[in-house]
Amino acid sequence: MDLAIDVRDLRKSFGPQRVLDGIDLRVAPGEVFALLGANGAGKTTTIGILTTLVRPDSGSAEVAGVDVVRRPDEATRGISLTGQSAAVDDVLTGTENLVMMARLSGLRPRAARQRAAELLARFQLTDAGPRRVGTYSGGMRRRLDLALSFVVAPRVLFLDEPTTGLDTRSRRELWDVIRLLAAAGTTVFLTTQYLEEADRLADRIAVLHDGRIVALGTAAALKSRVGGDTVELHDEHGEVRHSVPTDGTIAGVRAALADLAAAGASGTVAVRRPTLDDVFLSLTGQPARVTPTLEEIA
Amino acid sequence: MTATALPLRPRIRALTAERIFIRRSLTHSLRDGESLLMSILLPVMLMLMFTFVFGGAIAPGGGYVDYVVPGIVLTCAGFGASSTGVYVAGDMKTGIIDRFRTMPLRPSAVLTGHVVASLVRNLVATGVVVAVALLVGFRPTADLLDWIGAIGLITCWILAITYLFAAIGLAAGNPEGASAYGFILLFMPYLSSAFVPVSSISPSWLQWIAAHQPVTPIVESIRAFLLGVPADPAAPWWALAWCTAILVAAVIWGGWLFRRSGRR
Repeated sequence: MDLAIDVRDLRKSFGPQRVLDGIDLRVAPGEVFALLGANGAGKTTTIGILTTLVRPDSGSAEVAGVDVVRRPDEATRGISLTGQSAAVDDVLTGTENLVMMARLSGLRPRAARQRAAELLARFQLTDAGPRRVGTYSGGMRRRLDLALSFVVAPRVLFLDEPTTGLDTRSRRELWDVIRLLAAAGTTVFLTTQYLEEADRLADRIAVLHDGRIVALGTAAALKSRVGGDTVELHDEHGEVRHSVPTDGTIAGVRAALADLAAAGASGTVAVRRPTLDDVFLSLTGQPARVTPTLEEIA
Repeated sequence: MTATALPLRPRIRALTAERIFIRRSLTHSLRDGESLLMSILLPVMLMLMFTFVFGGAIAPGGGYVDYVVPGIVLTCAGFGASSTGVYVAGDMKTGIIDRFRTMPLRPSAVLTGHVVASLVRNLVATGVVVAVALLVGFRPTADLLDWIGAIGLITCWILAITYLFAAIGLAAGNPEGASAYGFILLFMPYLSSAFVPVSSISPSWLQWIAAHQPVTPIVESIRAFLLGVPADPAAPWWALAWCTAILVAAVIWGGWLFRRSGRR
């Protein structure tokens, strides 16, 4: 089976600034793959190259079996891009946006209108369909943006920071939609600076830092790189006073607590799982964007 | 693992994309009420002002309306075309162009849409201006061929500066910038024989500029077509040459900007 995305030793500089410094990625068909990195790590440039918008300096990139550098026109037949800013037409209505995109994708007028109605329903925009997109909320614009990418289900869908600027609820709704699209057989390649997003959505995650992939694997595998669970003792200000490794079982946690009690410590206790933040921090030396989640048991 | 089993996006037939984008741009024009109103009302008001307020001073003997209408029509084309720059810059800014670029179609079709919409908008505005002019005393002596010549030349001018504004929109990258740069171009008719004879302009270097800039031969030719005013027989050819030169330069510049902003 061909790979959905096959990237080898991709390099790109803008003037003196080296943005991608030899990237290798292989994504299997049907996979949801997250490229995680801070601002300026090279995420958008990577997506730009894979969607034919940016020409790499060297290296090769194939998407759905087509070389995007040598045959950009052929490559665009199997992909869709939802960029960082919602690429929707504010002056047109939601329905008109979808019909236009469906017509541009080769559907006949009647089929285009039918497809538009289907997508509006699927993305919970039916009521908003006849309204101009300029009046939509941020979450609605994003949903429409995604619906536009899905007028013809692409083999590979590229999402560049799909939930940046959305509130928690819209973000969750969007995640649901992305999962739905992936379940229909589309390979999803997304970039994000939110660890939680990569953790929730992606089968595998690549961490991009300064133009290089510094880690690649499942969320669980990445987390295991920074070690197992710990029992943490917090003082009244929430500062961590002690941190004791544990295996997370009742017996293990009890033993860890006994150690802490024996040391005469007082305060509140939490069992902490390593998060992708820890991974990010340990790999890049920079804190990530999302605050760690603590699973309180005491 | 069914990903590669999904069907590819079909290729669309030639000119389908252009048709769709022309429709989109026309819809934009119709819904952008203020710009539409401006591009029609402003030239009409300008004409009425020049005819009734300044006209008496410029041409005490009367008949200034006949003199000024061709110039007003060209000024009007400038207003109408300048919105093209704003629209194009808007498309660049929202990233919708990137979406079109990642589809199997000619991305320049988006620009074709904007240009054709501008042509339609401007010809409608020109029609309104001429109709109002006829009401306030404009008396052309043209026959059918003269009208065809005049309209042809006006269309060439609209096409040329629309492309120029489209390129300005690409260069500016955001609607505000496009609007500001475009403003400079709108002054061109005032520095020509559109409103006063070139011979009345001083100092002499300014007169030289006025005599040698594109608007002057175009205005003189339209006057010759519509009113039978004697003009340099070479004027229509100069006019055509200017339009062609501006068009070619704008298409080359715009094409370069468009490629540069895309496949970097």
